[in-house]
Amino acid sequence: MIDVKNLSKSFGDHLVLDNISEHISPGEKVVVIGPSGSGKSTFLRCLNLLETPTSGSITFQGREITDPKADIDTIRRQMGMVFQHFNLFPHMTIRKNITMAPVRTKLMTQAEADDTATTLLKRVGLEEKADAYPAQLSGGQKQRIAIVRALAMKPKLMLFDEPTSALDPEMVGEVLEVMKELAEEGMTMVVVTHEMGFAREVGTRVLFMDQGHILEQDEPHAFFAHPKQPRTIDFLSKVL
Amino acid sequence: MSFWEKFTLIFTNAKYLDSMLTGLRMTLVISIGAAALGLVLGTIVALVGIAQSKNPLLKIPKFLCAVYVTVIRGTPMALQLFIMAFVVFAIRGFPIVVTAIIAFGINSGAYVSENIRGGILSVDIGQTEAGRSLGLSAGTTMWYIVIPQAIKNVIPSIGNELIALIKETSIVSMVGMYDLTAAAKNVGSGQNLANYMAPMTVAALFYLAIVYLLTFIIKKIEGRLRQSDRR
Repeated sequence: MIDVKNLSKSFGDHLVLDNISEHISPGEKVVVIGPSGSGKSTFLRCLNLLETPTSGSITFQGREITDPKADIDTIRRQMGMVFQHFNLFPHMTIRKNITMAPVRTKLMTQAEADDTATTLLKRVGLEEKADAYPAQLSGGQKQRIAIVRALAMKPKLMLFDEPTSALDPEMVGEVLEVMKELAEEGMTMVVVTHEMGFAREVGTRVLFMDQGHILEQDEPHAFFAHPKQPRTIDFLSKVL
Repeated sequence: MSFWEKFTLIFTNAKYLDSMLTGLRMTLVISIGAAALGLVLGTIVALVGIAQSKNPLLKIPKFLCAVYVTVIRGTPMALQLFIMAFVVFAIRGFPIVVTAIIAFGINSGAYVSENIRGGILSVDIGQTEAGRSLGLSAGTTMWYIVIPQAIKNVIPSIGNELIALIKETSIVSMVGMYDLTAAAKNVGSGQNLANYMAPMTVAALFYLAIVYLLTFIIKKIEGRLRQSDRR
């Protein structure tokens, strides 16, 4: 589904991603972990070109998205993204937050989008919030709405950038629950997170990143049971 | 005649009242015309200044806009008005009121553009990223997501700019125009009332009334735009 070849990214003379190659197949739930500053968020943000790679190529469903001629807007419509700080549109109601993109991109009519919004809101148990504004919601509710907003575009792939890091501890569970259901439905997911429990339970593959490299990766049970690299062992001993 | 009698006379004497109202009308015409021109110009200049594109051709308008803002903000309004009236539009028969509207509009646009630029930059970058990650174009994201939030941030400073603009138009008598300030001076002169205090007070009240009304309207708009902030 996504093919990353020799991806490098630097901010000024600071090299954040160093020649990363990786392949993500349909249906995979890839969990990216690592210390802060390891480049995991940058890696994720390169996948939908929120960061422009310095070099290397990324291919999504057979199309090279790093090609300057690629229509990035069309490609992004098939990749949902959920941010650490939700980034809901504060001046729009919840319904408008969800329906705006599918309507503006002519994916749906307003009526179809409204139906989709209602269905999705029911799924996350927030249908009574349709006419509320983001400021009236708790962090956990906002993040569930943000997930729903991305899903309204019917993406083929979902990217999660530390979706629970800005939440109160008691709200983490409700967001992870939604993500878990999404995973069970077969959505392809790339998740940057510090939630090791989620990585173990939902992930099909764990990538450990450090200093711009993918140092180690494995299926979660093997990964957490028998980490090989000293840096991985050190990191896991601190977070587990 | 006491001050109060003179003050009343300005409103009862048809000639004086007419004179003051003619001046008031001119002040309003210049202010409204210049405000409209300034807002349009300011918005365009702000958007050009903020636009990010790999197209090298965009460098030229970006440069011109930067020069415009620097020059206009760095020179006195009166001087700009003189240059417009005595040089640029020194054409026989060219209506001076249009000259004044253009001069004040161009001046106001420079300040408005800085306000709008600041307002747009104050919107969290995450909003743009969210819009773009949903597959919306840069233009759609700017128009439907960033600008509505920027307007909310910008309204108070635009209000200040409009208030300053209205009062600044009082210098048009320097190029021989008859606005509210010029009218007060005329009514107070020796051939008329032979007292400056009363007409100046009336003019002051007129200015105050306009500014007060404007402040009221801005507060209303702000209140409406802040609706989504309520919890």
